[in-house]
Amino acid sequence: MASAAPLSLRAGVLSLLIFAIFALAWHMATRGGPAGPAMDPEYAKLMGATATQGKSAMPGPLEVGAKLIEHLRHPFYDHGPNDKGLGVQLAFSMLRVAAGYGLAVLVAIPLGFLIGMSPLMNKALDPFIQIMKPVSPLAWMPLALYTIKDSGLSAIFVIFICSLWPMLVNTAFGVSGVRKEWLNVARTLEVGPWRRAFTVILPAAAPTIFTGMRISIGIAWLVIVAAEMLVGGTGIGYFVWNEWNNLSITNVIIAILLIGVVGMLLDQLLARAARAVTFPE
Amino acid sequence: MSMKTPKGPYTMTPGCSCGAHESDRACTAISNSAADDVQLYGRTVEQAVLRAIAPNPLHRRALLQGVGASTLASAIAAFFPLAAATEAFAQAGKPEKTDLKVGFIPISCATPIIMAEPMGFYKKQGLNVDVVKTAGWAVVRDKTINKEYDAAHMLAAMPIAISLGLGSTPIPFAVPAIENVNGQAITLAMKHKDKRDPKDWKGFRLAIPFDYSMHNYLLRYYLAENGIDPDTDVQLRSVPPPEMVANLRADNIDGFLAPDNIAQRAVYDGVGFIHMLSKEIWDGHPCCSFSASRAFIAETPNSYAALLRAILEATDYASKAENRKEIAEAIAPANYLNAPVTVLEQVLTGTYADGLGGVKKDPARITFDPFPYESFAVWMMTQMKRWGQIKGDIDYAGVAKQIFLATDAAKAMKDAGLTPPAATSKSFVVMGKAFDPTKPDDYVNSFAMKRG
Repeated sequence: MASAAPLSLRAGVLSLLIFAIFALAWHMATRGGPAGPAMDPEYAKLMGATATQGKSAMPGPLEVGAKLIEHLRHPFYDHGPNDKGLGVQLAFSMLRVAAGYGLAVLVAIPLGFLIGMSPLMNKALDPFIQIMKPVSPLAWMPLALYTIKDSGLSAIFVIFICSLWPMLVNTAFGVSGVRKEWLNVARTLEVGPWRRAFTVILPAAAPTIFTGMRISIGIAWLVIVAAEMLVGGTGIGYFVWNEWNNLSITNVIIAILLIGVVGMLLDQLLARAARAVTFPE
Repeated sequence: MSMKTPKGPYTMTPGCSCGAHESDRACTAISNSAADDVQLYGRTVEQAVLRAIAPNPLHRRALLQGVGASTLASAIAAFFPLAAATEAFAQAGKPEKTDLKVGFIPISCATPIIMAEPMGFYKKQGLNVDVVKTAGWAVVRDKTINKEYDAAHMLAAMPIAISLGLGSTPIPFAVPAIENVNGQAITLAMKHKDKRDPKDWKGFRLAIPFDYSMHNYLLRYYLAENGIDPDTDVQLRSVPPPEMVANLRADNIDGFLAPDNIAQRAVYDGVGFIHMLSKEIWDGHPCCSFSASRAFIAETPNSYAALLRAILEATDYASKAENRKEIAEAIAPANYLNAPVTVLEQVLTGTYADGLGGVKKDPARITFDPFPYESFAVWMMTQMKRWGQIKGDIDYAGVAKQIFLATDAAKAMKDAGLTPPAATSKSFVVMGKAFDPTKPDDYVNSFAMKRG
């Protein structure tokens, strides 16, 4: 019986099956209709395949697969400032995310600590955090471009400002939620404030802080695509925009796939880190 | 940024007539190719020194005949550092900055700016130019104002709007050259193929590239002439040109007035047809411009002059029909327009599919003429005024003269061995109605449909 096989194997087989059904349905749906009405050959020469052969505007899975292999073969080519390989574009995006996210970590964790330790600060800063948290990255962009006057820094700023809030809120929440007994024990043992922060509160709040960091990296990766579509130049978001200009849906699908894969890897990385600091109670 | 009155920010650069150089001589000198320059400068400096030693031409001639020109030169060189002086003089023509960034929007209007890179027009002027593709007009504007770009491809009306502070802080900008003439089209979705009369277009959602564009003014003009109020009867949306076809396919808009490569792409993909070319509204209208801030022109006059020469030569090359196929291939790759070569060829050669099954031939579909006639700017301002973008009175001729550098362009064209037109202004006809650039107010008042 199937129940004898381990769960992960069964899940893997099911995943493959779902993918196969999806790919087949996709292939059938994009096979293209009958050729359009007969055209003057001179006219037909000037028209695209969609118009002349009734080819679907949506590429099929085979087309996407072939193109993907082509991209993976030459991931680092450089044909000038507006045409670089996918590997180069992804590297640009990840560098931007690293910069913006790193800054956000540097600000959010100390500030979150402060807020978490002081109920007064917590209450006082709450309205600001609540208002800034839901603002879309794209809403920040014109303001950033106008004040910072540099599109590269603006993109980094937008990542910073968008990934700041979940970390801030989670750090504050984790710090304020440290069990009273532990703090009391520390007080009884006359532990100094710095030692208390680093040896009692930080380890206790670490799992919550990492949850915040994990949410934030997801947001940062979402934001970078949007920001790069807007400011252009380099990055995977620019690649999507450039291919959209050319109505190359094949390349857009490939970009979506890669954005997903990289996003998953980043998320897994932080999930691992979070597991490392989790403790049983 | 201090607030300035519209007329305030303009300052003329002192020096030569083109405003870019310290002296008239520097201005004339840089027109020669690099190899000739050194010799020319050498001779000029020698002669200048000689003149200083013997101010009287008769004495000078006697001196030259007596000892011979080269002996005299070496004799002078013994006590006057001729070589150093020559070099210092040559430097006046050298670009202060050779690594430049020029922004562009991926449309066929930018052809001269783009092709100058792969076809070597910038290199010929000793410049290393990166042409950078940009996502939209607002971003091009901001990046140029922020000095991330040294110069940029802009819609011809944008430098006027930026200089006047419409939709941004007023910063003095200039149009040293126009890019293309004609080359736009009104494209409609296939489902409207029987609605060829604009009177049937009530309720349409039509896209234009930007509020401050010839596209906006031409489409408004065309609609108004047909009794459709562009503000109330239809919805005009600002959509970056590259996104228009995707929007047309998604049935998000009913049509657009956009650059020809976008129009032709809609036809190529079978999502739209070409209703009319913009030249049927105004044959010979300007569209996009090569623009730079006054600050760039003043701070790096030689880089600016070299850049302008490259653009003028590229524009001249593009204006010749026999070069068009080669240009289409040069600008099609992903680094530039990122479009199928067939589409660009149809735009540039003027033999194109209209989307309704016919092949049309019109070699003047798009042409390239760099001359920034001041009357172009005046016409755009009359339309800005007509549709309420400019409130109050404006000195049409004065502003036009400050932004559209017709005199400079004439000078630069002459230097590049091209023939500029005799006058800096010309009158023209838009949809059968003559425009007299000397009477802009009367022109605005002559329209029944206008704002304010």
